[in-house]
Amino acid sequence: MIYADNAATTKMSEAAVHTMSALLADTWGNPSSLYTAGQKAKEALEKARAEVAAAIGAEPREILFTSGGSEADNQAIRSAAELGKKAGKLHLISTAFEHHAVLHTLAKLEKEGFEVTLLPVHEDGLVRPQEVADAIREDTCLVSVMYANNEIGTIQPIREIGAICRARGVLFHTDAVQAVGHIPVDVLLDNIDLLSASAHKFHGPKGVGFLYAKKGIRLTNLIEGGAQERGRRAGTENVPGIAAMAAALTETIAAMPEVSARLAMLRDRLIAGLSKIPHAALNGDASKRLPSNVNFCFEGIEGESLLLLLDDRGIAASSGSACTSGSLDPSHVLLAIGRVHDVAHGSLRLSIGEDITEADVEYIIRNVAEVVDYLRGFSPIWRDLVAGKKEFIL
Amino acid sequence: MALYSEKVMDHFRNPRNVGVIEDADGVGEVGNAKCGDIMKMYLKIDNDIITDVKFETFGCGSAIASSSMATELIKGKPVAEAMKLTNKAVAEALDGLPDYKMHCSVLAEEAIRSALEDYEKKHANG
Ligand SMILES: Cc1ncc(COP(=O)(O)O)c(C=O)c1O
Ligand SMILES: [Zn+2]
Repeated sequence: MIYADNAATTKMSEAAVHTMSALLADTWGNPSSLYTAGQKAKEALEKARAEVAAAIGAEPREILFTSGGSEADNQAIRSAAELGKKAGKLHLISTAFEHHAVLHTLAKLEKEGFEVTLLPVHEDGLVRPQEVADAIREDTCLVSVMYANNEIGTIQPIREIGAICRARGVLFHTDAVQAVGHIPVDVLLDNIDLLSASAHKFHGPKGVGFLYAKKGIRLTNLIEGGAQERGRRAGTENVPGIAAMAAALTETIAAMPEVSARLAMLRDRLIAGLSKIPHAALNGDASKRLPSNVNFCFEGIEGESLLLLLDDRGIAASSGSACTSGSLDPSHVLLAIGRVHDVAHGSLRLSIGEDITEADVEYIIRNVAEVVDYLRGFSPIWRDLVAGKKEFIL
Repeated sequence: MALYSEKVMDHFRNPRNVGVIEDADGVGEVGNAKCGDIMKMYLKIDNDIITDVKFETFGCGSAIASSSMATELIKGKPVAEAMKLTNKAVAEALDGLPDYKMHCSVLAEEAIRSALEDYEKKHANG
């Protein structure tokens, strides 16, 4: 199988598996216990915290371990809203193509009386810093812009947006779930106050992640109980998972310069190859994108049938079509960059990983072209387009 | 667990009766690109019997499989019997569909009915 769905999840690295198994077997004490076995677990936990902090330029006490990216997003936004409420600031700014962990949290806050502005992301899938500046009001308590988009891979001008928020005294959160471990992220250089990340996107285990909160920012608990995580998240810590996350992150970051250069080269080859398919278009800016991400729309076909046939040919990928999401609407990300429903249903996301070969890239290009051609062969939309009864969009 | 039954995958991978009938006696198209599934059915009818049927579909795996199965279920049948085809019959013949995919089988039922209505309209006039 060629696994080209690394944006959905990644395979755990050997270092992560090894670390996790070793701790599951040997370091099973409760880190809150004062005897030696507990303190050994505590040591593993704090070593992981230091490693994770170093990976993004933070201090260990600014890292809070969570159950993943969704929890970190929820807690970051809830906390900012809570602080805003105390100061009489009920306005939040985000973007139209955030992950649902952000969008649904914001929708819930709206019901509670907050006001939310969702900025446009334009055809290239990029937020304009000037539009962030223009949207900030006296009563704005948070700006939340994702570092890199999970579907189209576009990398946002985070440093500039962070600088604007800093200058205006507004908290800045970034969902960096797709960025951490893939591109350089530094919370100080990037002017970030709150950042979410998830281990399973960088070869760590599922169900583990972290929230960075700049010191001095008071977090609101989502989970009440014991005093773990400086009292900001109750529950006995998932020590093996957290240690495995740190091992995966440290290794991934060390390999990043080499891996990302190679992936970007293969990504560009995929983009060039798939662009040769008639009436196809790349989604999102071609250069300001993750080295791993390729996302296309093919006119006249539907994404789920494309994925199923690619799976038959040993290629695992994903799509933003309605039928893969279980709703009637295609991906909100593709709609946000202005793709109309007709073409948004025919999308394909390939998110490649370091084990991909040049031969795999050629295989993908050839097989996607064949399957698209086959499906168009009995698509009534394609017939109408070719017959001139409908106008091509792409 | 697989997303679809073996039957669905078989009809999806090897759809029966794919194509166009140029001199069809009835043609029906239903669905729209907004919801992601469009089906077009072509019927050849002789002496009130459906002698040939072809389809074209833009849609997901279950939409393609439902179209294929629906054509199989009405081929060689009298018009009156084909009119009674239900989406449930299509889904059952496919050994079931996931709940959120039932709308695709509804579309197959509607496409057949729309093509039959087109035939009856032409028939009544001619
Ligand atoms: C951008 C983004 N944010 C948040 C999440 C949620 O992360 P998790 O699965 O760890 O809850 C994901 C993962 O799908 C993501 O891609
Ligand atoms: Zn469907």
